[in-house]
Amino acid sequence: MFGKLSWAAIPLNEPIPLITVGVLIVGIVGILSLVTWKGWWPYLWREWITTTDHKRLGVMYVILALVMLLRGFSDAIMMRAQLALAAGHAAGYLPPDHYNQIFSAHGTIMIFFVGMAFVIGLMNFALPLQLGVRDVAFPVLNSVGFWLTAAGVLLVNVSLGVGEFSRTGWLAYPPLSEIAYSPGVGVDYYLWSLQISGLGTLLSGINLTTTILKLRAPGMSYARMPVFCWTALASNLLIVAAFPILTATFAMLLLDRYLGFHFFTNDGGGNPMMYINLIWGWGHPEVYILILPAFGVFSEVIATFSGKPLFGYRSMVMATMAICVLSFMVWLHHFFTMGAGANVNAFFGIATMIIAVPTGVKVFNWLFTMYGGSIRFTAPVLWAIGFIVTFVIGGMTGVLMAIPPADFVLHNSLFLIAHFHNVIIGGVIFGAMAGYTYWFPKAFGFKLHEGLGKAVFWCWFVGFYLAFMPLYGLGLMGATRRMQHYADTSWQPLMIVAFGGAVVILIGIILTVAQLVVSIRTRNRRRDLSGDPWNGRTLEWSTSSPPPVWNFAVLPVVSGPDAFWRTKHNPKGPAPKYEPLEVPKHSALGFTVAFFAVPLGFALIWHIWWLAIVGLLGIVAAVLRHAWRVDLEEHVSLATILEHEQAQQLRAARA
Amino acid sequence: MSITIDTATQQIALDEVPLSQRGPAPQRVVAGFGFWLFLLSDIIIFSALFAAYAVLNDQTNGGPGAIELFNKRHVFIETACLLASSFTCGMMVISVDRRSAPSTYFWALLTLLLGLAFLRLEVSEFSDMVLHGAGPSRSAFLSSFFTLVGTHGLHVTAGACWLLVMMAQVATLGFRPMVMRRMLCFSLFWHALDIVWIGVFTVVYLGAHG
Amino acid sequence: MTARNLSNSKARRSWGFLAFPLLALAGCSHGVLDPQGPVGENEKLILFDATAIMLAVVIPVILCTLAFAWWFRAKNRRAHRRPDWEYSGRIEFVTWSIPALIVLFLGGIAWISSHDLDPPKRLTGAGAPIEVQVVSLDWKWLFIYPQEHIATVNQLVIPVGAPVHFTLTSASVMNSFFVPQLGSQIYTMAGMTTHLNLLASHPGTYAGISAQFSGDGFSDMQFDVRAVPAGEFSTWVAGTHDAAQRLDAEQYARLAAPSVRNAQMAFGQVSPDLFDAVVHGKGTVPTSLSASPRQDPGTNP
Repeated sequence: MFGKLSWAAIPLNEPIPLITVGVLIVGIVGILSLVTWKGWWPYLWREWITTTDHKRLGVMYVILALVMLLRGFSDAIMMRAQLALAAGHAAGYLPPDHYNQIFSAHGTIMIFFVGMAFVIGLMNFALPLQLGVRDVAFPVLNSVGFWLTAAGVLLVNVSLGVGEFSRTGWLAYPPLSEIAYSPGVGVDYYLWSLQISGLGTLLSGINLTTTILKLRAPGMSYARMPVFCWTALASNLLIVAAFPILTATFAMLLLDRYLGFHFFTNDGGGNPMMYINLIWGWGHPEVYILILPAFGVFSEVIATFSGKPLFGYRSMVMATMAICVLSFMVWLHHFFTMGAGANVNAFFGIATMIIAVPTGVKVFNWLFTMYGGSIRFTAPVLWAIGFIVTFVIGGMTGVLMAIPPADFVLHNSLFLIAHFHNVIIGGVIFGAMAGYTYWFPKAFGFKLHEGLGKAVFWCWFVGFYLAFMPLYGLGLMGATRRMQHYADTSWQPLMIVAFGGAVVILIGIILTVAQLVVSIRTRNRRRDLSGDPWNGRTLEWSTSSPPPVWNFAVLPVVSGPDAFWRTKHNPKGPAPKYEPLEVPKHSALGFTVAFFAVPLGFALIWHIWWLAIVGLLGIVAAVLRHAWRVDLEEHVSLATILEHEQAQQLRAARA
Repeated sequence: MSITIDTATQQIALDEVPLSQRGPAPQRVVAGFGFWLFLLSDIIIFSALFAAYAVLNDQTNGGPGAIELFNKRHVFIETACLLASSFTCGMMVISVDRRSAPSTYFWALLTLLLGLAFLRLEVSEFSDMVLHGAGPSRSAFLSSFFTLVGTHGLHVTAGACWLLVMMAQVATLGFRPMVMRRMLCFSLFWHALDIVWIGVFTVVYLGAHG
Repeated sequence: MTARNLSNSKARRSWGFLAFPLLALAGCSHGVLDPQGPVGENEKLILFDATAIMLAVVIPVILCTLAFAWWFRAKNRRAHRRPDWEYSGRIEFVTWSIPALIVLFLGGIAWISSHDLDPPKRLTGAGAPIEVQVVSLDWKWLFIYPQEHIATVNQLVIPVGAPVHFTLTSASVMNSFFVPQLGSQIYTMAGMTTHLNLLASHPGTYAGISAQFSGDGFSDMQFDVRAVPAGEFSTWVAGTHDAAQRLDAEQYARLAAPSVRNAQMAFGQVSPDLFDAVVHGKGTVPTSLSASPRQDPGTNP
């Protein structure tokens, strides 16, 4: 009746997950009760849960990312604490099977549910506004994509209280992840959560690629698109091309685990090396999916706050597309030590270095954007400068490890860990925080508190160096990754410093929350009345803050790059002619599909077949119901539009 | 800050303006393009399965190999059914364009029957193999065979279900733009499955050795 | 942001990236930067050379970033502003060329060194070559000396100056055989063999680990590598021959059962085709006592 599920699945004798789950349940029940008591459900349902508005979905993605940052970071600080303690004969406080779940959850959550969610959220929010259109290509699909991601998040977090998570690292290499060596439900939680959220990501990739290629304001040729749109295009093309590999590979592993197939098993002719090739065939493009939008954010931020156009637009675009294509040609550098031979290793090492060339070009172009500018040191600019300094170090260590014999002594060491955190934190997180701060006033109508924003930056910056520079040293001292304890006590001081760095980052995260709370409470002091708080260059700043549902009452006609800068400084032409509009109607499809996807995933994990069928039928029913919906658009009257435009003109006059 | 835009310039003769500058594309184009992207992503899933097959197809683990298992005549009939169903699907699309309901139902039904015939043949091939101890858990070769061919079969099954739904939509909603866009997407899907099948029977069945 | 804040910040940033070489120096003992053999020495050289070449670009870039940001701050009245400057062919040429040249050079190093330091490439040394067969088990290391007909667990004794050729496999999941002070690591995988060649130039005891996560006992997969003078090695081999334990299929099956924190063991005799049987059987060898499926690990006394 309940498959493999029994009361033993609840970790009653493990204090840490038990207390965490307890706190989470109290928190969630508390929030739900508050919402019910205040009568917010109709508003939330209509305006947020069933929204198809890209701006709201973008905000929800970012909220999801920030919440999961808390979970992923808790895992991180627990790991750092364990390693600060477990030197020599000391065992630390986390037994191996817990520690192994924690580092697996940490990587999985940070990559999929923080990194991906954050960049997809920023792209969702900003792209239609920058492109001068009203929404993405497929608004209902957008909602489905978000909610499927949320369903994956929910499943991963359920594993904390019911069962266990995988103990096989964030990529679940076989044969360790096969049923023979991981008979528990952990790997199944991992696989099904990621299959569900992976589908959401793929839908998002299709949506945003179509938007960029087919929906742009009149006059906006490709060469007149903001660079953020180019990097988003490259990133989404990579999603469409790479995520199916992940889907297929996980499907093969699931078939091995559930039906006794032999894709990657040790016996039966299976080939674990093939898994490693396939998964990194996805994995390497994945890291470029994460970093390219961050590069785009920095291009926008540096240009805007230098008061200059981005230097070398054409070569930035070429560099972006070169990175996009090359990212498919380097995957073997993740396993030089698997024994592919000198020719193969050298080829992939050189290809990896070649990808550093367009990246280097981008850095130089950012520098020359600043050169001759008039730079305002707002928080986004601090993130940008911090990024350039930090990312080039991380890139350097990456090119270093691209030399196969160097990798032979550094592979899987803490040096590797330091390298990829260097580029992911210094690149993706810094970019996400810059984008968050930069677009926050557009989304909500008021700026974030600037002083706290700078404090957040410094905590992350200093904390990052404290936490990860020691790891470069430790890797060179022979320390490998995923150790739960280590014999050489001379490593302990550096481990303690690293733990200190994590504490500094923790302060940064606490300050991020504080910044949000303070900013909301004192929002009237930092209202964005004009819609253009930063003296921006691109079209999103031509709308009100927040923009109306329809973004633009009249689609702007674009005659060159930096479209808004042009019209700001050369206003011409008669007053716009307003007409009534159609906007996409809200839809419960996304939420409903995810609502059934969660029990579907849970049931598949625990082998509760009848529940799985119920979940599947629910999804089919929801899709069929949607298929017969004929009223997919909502009418916006001329009066509503005029009222908004006039109100905005009054607000702008007060600015 | 309000923008004043010269909307009169939007009245330029369309054929002088490059396609990339004509503003948002019409919904039919957008839907078709998005669906193409989805099909490309689906083909990449198949590519990964083809790659797995290429790597594993001689790992027979002491069990039966391709040459012993595959019946070329059987496959030829399957292929004929599928290719014919592509033709009937094309005729269906023409009927849809002409908004002729009886013709649409006729060609749709033929497409469905041919697709179901394909599935029936494939299911019988699979069950035959399983009954003779050549199921997917016997060896890596068989795992990759069943998965590659089976995934294609699952797609055909999904397509058949989709076709049924589309016939219901035509019956209840008529030939409105939304329904016609979906028929377009369905036909793209069905033809793409045909293309994948050509890859399958070339690599798997015609390429069988050892 | 005030001028004082930014100069403080620049000071903090320079601390930040100085930390890297300082910490690198801190890694001087017992690790990758303290190699005791030619493979490790060559790899250390590559690390330093490549880093130095890249620092020649990275440090100026970092300094320029801070300098440009500082000089072109909005409040600096002395800075010459160029608000419309967005393209320069000459600069583009240089910015594409510099990374391209570095990559060209490092690419050459990558090609040459990949071939010179290819793990299966045999080494030449003063001593007679030694063959060692390595099996990674859950969670210990088994070393078989096919020429000497002995075997050890978690202890690898080799003569100083002798090229050691390793043939490696795994009894279960993937591991990675790694002795940081001797140089390159290589994966071990069930059902196949990988090859590695190392040489210890100086006597000493070096730490060995697994560098590929393999499950709950992973952190305990530590082994010692003792490089001893050739005479001492022969003595040790002879002494090991006297060890009572014999490594046959039955003993192997006991070893293959999951366990952590194994004490070092020595076997005086080894079944001749044991390693080949392990490879062929993907970890299990035909025996009356077949290896049991993976259970909760117990500690081997």
